[in-house]
Amino acid sequence: MSVKVIEAKCVSVRYQGIEALSRISFGVGSGDYIGIVGPNGSGKTTLVKALLGLVPFGGTIRFLGESLSDFTTTKHIGYLPQKMSFLDHRFPATSEEIVASGVYCCKKFPKRLSQSDYKAALEAMKILGVTNLKNRPIGRLSGGQQQRILLARALVHRPQLLILDEPTVALDPKSRESFYATVKKLNEENGVTVLLVSHDVGSVGQYASKLLYLDREIIFYGTFEEFCKSPKMSDYFGAGQHVICHRH
Amino acid sequence: MTNALQQIQEALQYAFIQRAIIAGCFMALGCSFLGVFLVLRRFSLIGDGLAHVSFATVAIALLLHAQPMVISIPLVALASLAILELNDKARLYGDAAIGLVSSFGIALGVIIASTAGGFNVDLFSYLFGNILSISGFEVWMTAVISLLVVLVTAFFYHDLFAITFDEDYAKVLGIKVKAVNRILILLTSLIVVLGIKIVGTMLVSSLIILPAISALQVMRSFKATIALAGVFAVFSVIIGIFASYVFNYPSGATIVMVNFFFFTVSFLFGRLKG
Repeated sequence: MSVKVIEAKCVSVRYQGIEALSRISFGVGSGDYIGIVGPNGSGKTTLVKALLGLVPFGGTIRFLGESLSDFTTTKHIGYLPQKMSFLDHRFPATSEEIVASGVYCCKKFPKRLSQSDYKAALEAMKILGVTNLKNRPIGRLSGGQQQRILLARALVHRPQLLILDEPTVALDPKSRESFYATVKKLNEENGVTVLLVSHDVGSVGQYASKLLYLDREIIFYGTFEEFCKSPKMSDYFGAGQHVICHRH
Repeated sequence: MTNALQQIQEALQYAFIQRAIIAGCFMALGCSFLGVFLVLRRFSLIGDGLAHVSFATVAIALLLHAQPMVISIPLVALASLAILELNDKARLYGDAAIGLVSSFGIALGVIIASTAGGFNVDLFSYLFGNILSISGFEVWMTAVISLLVVLVTAFFYHDLFAITFDEDYAKVLGIKVKAVNRILILLTSLIVVLGIKIVGTMLVSSLIILPAISALQVMRSFKATIALAGVFAVFSVIIGIFASYVFNYPSGATIVMVNFFFFTVSFLFGRLKG
């Protein structure tokens, strides 16, 4: 039996006495594309932060069979955080500098970037079709371009697992579809395991192999087709489920 | 113009001018290396806060008849760590933590000065700086500490870059964010102590902020921004010292005014460039 990329058991997170996540248990296999969906405040980003060790949590999380505390997590994970609304348009870094910073996870102190690191950055930008933005300041790019640059940063060290937190929230519908298609291609052609957080169940459901529906606890975990037929989800949504499952 | 050049040539023959230029240039490099990181992380006023603390530490040093730098460096370093802890543990906003420590420093300095028999000229000279009275020992200390600041910043460049752009992502990259923040703030405390002799507690934060924001108007890459901030800082010191000699202006204030001139030029250039 192959080792799961992620194995979470009874993961709980509390913020100031409030339980943001309650006893979350799930596994992610190699090559899976999981959509983590749910309403606002359901704990999606909190789950991501727990998986990355950014917030304290109860329970256990294992990456490739190793516990979170032992695992040199960073080398195997690429992470695209929620849209950086605070990204200063005057930040004085080129796109290339930002993408290249993604290899820091694989560097021991004192970190130095080599020619091969910059070459890897260019390769990552090539995959996402943004090599023309190499020398452009990151703050001067459009929302869609910035997301692609930050995705290139997440991919530059060839991670096994890609975690994307609400990556399309500031994108127009055309850019959104293009982004989802790019991620699907990375999953299918490069074998990257993907965890994509979104509140847009309908869009994610078309690309993800499985959906994990959260509302502080796991409401549903299965394929989009199972999601649409699930009596549990029908009870949860009521008539709204029909709208979500309508393919567009 | 010819007269001014003659005066500059004449000035260069004086040992106190040579010491001032050497110390000022080293300190300017240290300020510029740190300034870009501090400005982008919205820590611009930390120089001001620590400078106010240094007012108290200089008062303590003068009371004890000790070398101000020797007393100030460890105490201002402790104050800088206190600001970080207040921000993290006491959940104070960054600017409030700076304000708290800063007010404490000024108030303590005033009380110590009055205890010592009233305000004296020595303490006031640290308010506004006097680079022209810098001693040989102080030049050596400035050079060594500034080089230390530059080297440590260069060593941690990639960590500082990552944290400055996105602190959460830096944690995901495995960077020890808390430790690096402590290093940044300790380096800042060192450079502030050096700066109070040169431009005084009232103006030292401008040496950290102005070259950085001037460079940010025009530069598009991070390394180029730091390099240009260094150029602005060093030239501000050199031109400022000569201008203060020629026109008989206070040297600290003149250096800051030259800095401000560079900011104006780069701001206008940045706007024209688009």
